[in-house]
Amino acid sequence: MSNEFLLSLITGIFIGGAAGFLGFLMLTKRMALVGDALGHVALPGMGLALLLGFDTSLGAFVSLLLGVFLIWLIEIRTSLPMEVLVGVIFVVSLAVGFLIVPNPELLEALFGNISKVSFNMAVVSIVFSILIFFAIKRIYPKMILAGISEDLARSEGIKIKKQNLIYLLLIAAIVALGVKIVGTLLVGALVIIPAAAARNFSKNLKEYSLGSMALGVLSCFSGIMISKVFNLPAGPMIILSSASFFLISLIFKR
Amino acid sequence: MERKNILKVENLSVELGGEVILENLSFEVREGEAITILGPNGAGKTVLLRTLLGFLPHSGKIEWEEKIKIGYVPQRLPFIKDIPMSVGEFFKLKMPKETDIKEILNSVGLKDDIFKKRIGDLSSGQFQRILVARALISNPKVLFFDEPTTGVDIGGQESIYNLLWKLKQERNLTIFLVTHDLSIVSSLATRCICLNKRMLCYSIPKEITSDRLSQLYGEGVKLYEHSHD
Repeated sequence: MSNEFLLSLITGIFIGGAAGFLGFLMLTKRMALVGDALGHVALPGMGLALLLGFDTSLGAFVSLLLGVFLIWLIEIRTSLPMEVLVGVIFVVSLAVGFLIVPNPELLEALFGNISKVSFNMAVVSIVFSILIFFAIKRIYPKMILAGISEDLARSEGIKIKKQNLIYLLLIAAIVALGVKIVGTLLVGALVIIPAAAARNFSKNLKEYSLGSMALGVLSCFSGIMISKVFNLPAGPMIILSSASFFLISLIFKR
Repeated sequence: MERKNILKVENLSVELGGEVILENLSFEVREGEAITILGPNGAGKTVLLRTLLGFLPHSGKIEWEEKIKIGYVPQRLPFIKDIPMSVGEFFKLKMPKETDIKEILNSVGLKDDIFKKRIGDLSSGQFQRILVARALISNPKVLFFDEPTTGVDIGGQESIYNLLWKLKQERNLTIFLVTHDLSIVSSLATRCICLNKRMLCYSIPKEITSDRLSQLYGEGVKLYEHSHD
C-alpha cells in the first residue's frame, strides 16, 4: 500500500465521518438537499482556484462563504424559506462555474479526485474534520430544538440567527472538504445518505447521530478501497457504497 | 390579599406585512390569574401570545415584572415525530442539570419510565403532557399555552385542563391560554380576553354575555358552564 493511497484513505475517512455527523443534523432540519445545492455553489470557486493555481477546497470555501453570506443576508431581510434562496443561488453558481472551470479539470471538479491529496492537505482536512465534529456537537441540541419549533427555541433563549449562521458555515466547510473527494455533483450525497440510512434503524438521537457518522466513515473506507482494487474513480464508488448501506438499512426500517 | 401586577400592556398594536393584526390593546395581569384568550380564527390570538413573549415587533408598551420566567407550550410540533428521539433526549435539549425531572414528570401525571420511549410512539395526550413538563423545567412563574387541546381526544382534553388547574394551584402559576373552547372559560379562567384584532372585552368569565359571544363568533354561540369536582 503506497503512502499516497494511505493518505487519501485517512483523509477520506475523517471527512466522511464529519460529513455523516453533519448530515444527521441537516436531515433533522429537513435540509436534505441543501448540501447538494451548496456543492454547486462551490463550483465557481473551484474554477478560480484551478485557473489561478491554488487549492480547490480553499477556492470552494471562498465561494461557499460568499454564497452562504448572501443566503443568510437575504433570509434575514426577506424571511423567505432558506430552501428558496439556496435553490436560486445554486443554479446561478452552476452556470457561472461551468463558464469558469477549465475544460480538462471539469470532470475532476464535478466528481472529485482524492488520489491527488497532498500531505499538507491531508493534515488540514483532518484538523478541520475534527473541529467541525466538535462544533456540531456543541450546536446540535439547539439546532434540533429550533428545527422542531423556532418559537419554542426562542422562548428558551436560543439565538436562532446566530446558530443558523454557525450551522451554515459548518455546512460550507464540510462541502469545501467534500468536493475534493467526491466532487461538486456528489457532495450532497456524501452528507445525506449516511444520515438517511442511520435514521432507518435508529430509535433515538444517539444511535442516529453516531450511526450516521459511522456510516460516513464506512462509506468512504469501502468506496476508496473498492476504487483502488478495481481501478475505478473513488468519488462515485464512495457514494455507491453509502447507497448500498442505505438499501441494507431499509430492511431494518422501524 | 391584593396580588401584585406582573404584566401591564398599554396601547399594544402589531402590524405584520402591512396588515394590522392587533390594535390598541391595553390590559393588566395579576399574579396567579388564568387568562384565556378567546376569538375566532385569524383574530390574532397566537400573535398576541408571541408578541407577549417578545418574538414580534410591536408598538405600545409591554411591561413584565422584572426577570420573570415564562414557560411556553406551543400549539403543535408537526416535525418532531419524524426525528428518532427519545423523550429523555427531548428533555436534554434544554435541561440545565439532572434536575428534579422525576417530580416534574409526576406532577404532569407521567412516570419516568417514559424517558426511553420514542417521541413518535407517544399518544397525543402523553406528548402534550411532555410539552407541559418541559415548559416547567425552568420553574417559570408564567405559562403560555397555545391551544392545548389541538389534536387531543375528548378524554385527553378533559384531563389536560384538570392538569392545568392543578399546576396553577400547586405552583402559583399565572396562565395564559389561547383556546376555541368556550367551556374552559367558565371552568378555568379567572379572566378572559375576547379578541378580534381589537379587544372586545376584558372581563371575568361570568360577565361574558351571549351578546358578546355573538359579536365575537357570530350568532348561536353559548357559554356552557361545568364545574370542577
